[in-house]
Amino acid sequence: MSEQTIQLGHGGGGLLSRDLIQREIVSRFGDGALKGLPDGATLPVPAGRAMVFTTDSFVVQPLEFPGGNIGDLAVHGTVNDLAVCGARPRWLSLALILEEGLALTTLRRVLDSVKKAADDCGVSVVTGDTKVVAHGQCDGMYVNTAGIGELMDGFELGVGRVAAGDHILVSGPVGDHGMAVLAAREGIRITHGVTSDTGPVHRLVQGVREWAPHIRFMRDPTRGGLASVLNEVVEGQATGILLRETDLPFSAGAKAAAEMLGVDLLQVASEGRMILVCAPPVSEAILKVWRGMPEGRGAVKIGEVTATKGRVILETITGGRRLVDVPRGELLPRIC
Amino acid sequence: MKYIDGFRDPVVAAGIRARLDAVAAGLQAWNRPVNIMEVCGSHTMAIARYGIRDILPKNVTLISGPGCPVCVTPTSYIDTAITLAERGVIVVSFGDMIAVPGSSSSLAGCRARGGTVEIGYSPMRAIELAEAHPDREVVFLAIGFETTTAPVVAMLELAIRRGLRNLSLLTAFKLVPPALTALLSDPEIRIDAFLCPAHVSAIIGADAYKPFVETWKVPCVVAGFEPLDILYGILGILEQAACGEAAVANLYARVVTAQGNVHAQSLMAKYLEPVDAAWRGIGVIPASGLGLRPEYADYDAGRRHGVVVGLGAENPACACGEVLKGKQRPPDCPLFGAACTPDHPVGPCMVSSEGTCAAYFKYIVN
Ligand code: SF4
Repeated sequence: MSEQTIQLGHGGGGLLSRDLIQREIVSRFGDGALKGLPDGATLPVPAGRAMVFTTDSFVVQPLEFPGGNIGDLAVHGTVNDLAVCGARPRWLSLALILEEGLALTTLRRVLDSVKKAADDCGVSVVTGDTKVVAHGQCDGMYVNTAGIGELMDGFELGVGRVAAGDHILVSGPVGDHGMAVLAAREGIRITHGVTSDTGPVHRLVQGVREWAPHIRFMRDPTRGGLASVLNEVVEGQATGILLRETDLPFSAGAKAAAEMLGVDLLQVASEGRMILVCAPPVSEAILKVWRGMPEGRGAVKIGEVTATKGRVILETITGGRRLVDVPRGELLPRIC
Repeated sequence: MKYIDGFRDPVVAAGIRARLDAVAAGLQAWNRPVNIMEVCGSHTMAIARYGIRDILPKNVTLISGPGCPVCVTPTSYIDTAITLAERGVIVVSFGDMIAVPGSSSSLAGCRARGGTVEIGYSPMRAIELAEAHPDREVVFLAIGFETTTAPVVAMLELAIRRGLRNLSLLTAFKLVPPALTALLSDPEIRIDAFLCPAHVSAIIGADAYKPFVETWKVPCVVAGFEPLDILYGILGILEQAACGEAAVANLYARVVTAQGNVHAQSLMAKYLEPVDAAWRGIGVIPASGLGLRPEYADYDAGRRHGVVVGLGAENPACACGEVLKGKQRPPDCPLFGAACTPDHPVGPCMVSSEGTCAAYFKYIVN
């Protein structure tokens, strides 16, 4: 038993915890700044460049779901937050809170995913922490990542720059992550299945740098989905947004699950998609570049910025219009 | 999903719109709008969600009716449920009900003060709780139209069969047809046709609307909840109106039959009998509700716990009563969107997922 599961002693700072760090953390991440386990990472910041710093905690339940687990999710979440700020992600911290009794095999799968995702995103895990709490005091494991990235030249992003006539693009079908986690949790088996879209968007951002001055706003539609992000864009502004239901990209699996659970996919999280608002002349070029990349294959234009003050409106399949409301309360708890 | 997508095809929708416009043009001679009441709360939501009001010809008006079960349940019923929870009874309710304001509090408020109020997504939750707590009394808040009544009665039958003695129902079941009669009899409301509910009709059968076409000469069209179902339903109504006809048309034959669900009907008749019932906004309508038959009085929470659902006053600031009769649109209520929002509801129409005010708040552009 003691070999297979996490014990309180693994977080105690003694032999057991040194052993765990050595075997599971150093073996995977111990090459760069983590080497020798200093108390903090010393980072070579390029002179004169602005840096972007962000952090996020992950409490998804279940820890593993179709398409990913809490490990790659924690990397993608932070990498994507950096990317949509216009930054090139460089370094990550990784803090784990483990519950006594967690299977070591689960921890290993999660850490393997962290490693794989970090390598894929070109970021290094440079500092970290591990704590263990008694059984019942957390739900398997919680993960926190913080990330630092270098701001790339040319981006000037902000809702204030969004203007009537701008185009709204999304990099692929939305809502798959939330529906995959929810379906896994509710034990729903759907013929088509629905797989989380967890993945990085930094390449999508780097791919469109050429048009940076024409890009007004970028965001990854996580909690609250498209509905939340788009309402944020127009809130308190003189502009509004018009979406067309027939243009909205949803996967067949997400649609089936949403239908079954009575959920509005506009309000459901993605973890590997981004929304981009740009001046009309560059939208076709951006879509073309995105569609040439695996993570942007399903990229489409979903609507336009209008002069209807502060409202997000959807033209439905009937041709009639309705409001796209901000989700109220916590619609889908613990999906990231 | 292909099956559902078939009822959401934008090209077909555009085709129906063109026909709606053409038929409605022929109805200009009425010199007044054709008033269609959508009776059911799920229709109200779907109509708002698909922006259907927005595309109807100018001379066609959709009026939302009293089809949200939580909304028509009077305030005094909630007050009684709170009284029971305060006395230590485990009160089991559908989720929509618990945020509805009573005279001074809601069931959610009562729960926050320590009352046992449990949400059941299915009536069976009441049985689970009664079995888990044999030393406590469990009361199920038995509200709803014919659709909900059937599964609640099935639950009651199971409870009786299992010999449960600590479970009872606080009944406020409602019947749709008597409410339609009451609305048609109100000289202040002009209804030209009914878009009849889908699920209720699956229980009572499309033939249940025959008296309305015969006596009142109003077309009654049963339609499903998908956007094309609703558009077809409205088109069917306008075509009848254009020919001066009034008939029952069942456009939801994939679920609804002429006779309805005979098994559910006989199950309901075994345990329940018609009673006069109070409807928020409308008042007491004779034989418009269902109560337990005398032989099942032991399962009647009112008798068992010595409580009576009175005729308590409604909050005068809330226009729900007028909204439920279709006399007012939610934006006509001065509290709409200001003092009354889904986060701070003043009346039930803003709380329920089928409430007209909630549908307007969430979806309606103008
Ligand atoms: S807006 Fe609120 S107060 Fe007004 S009728 Fe609707 S529920 Fe009642």
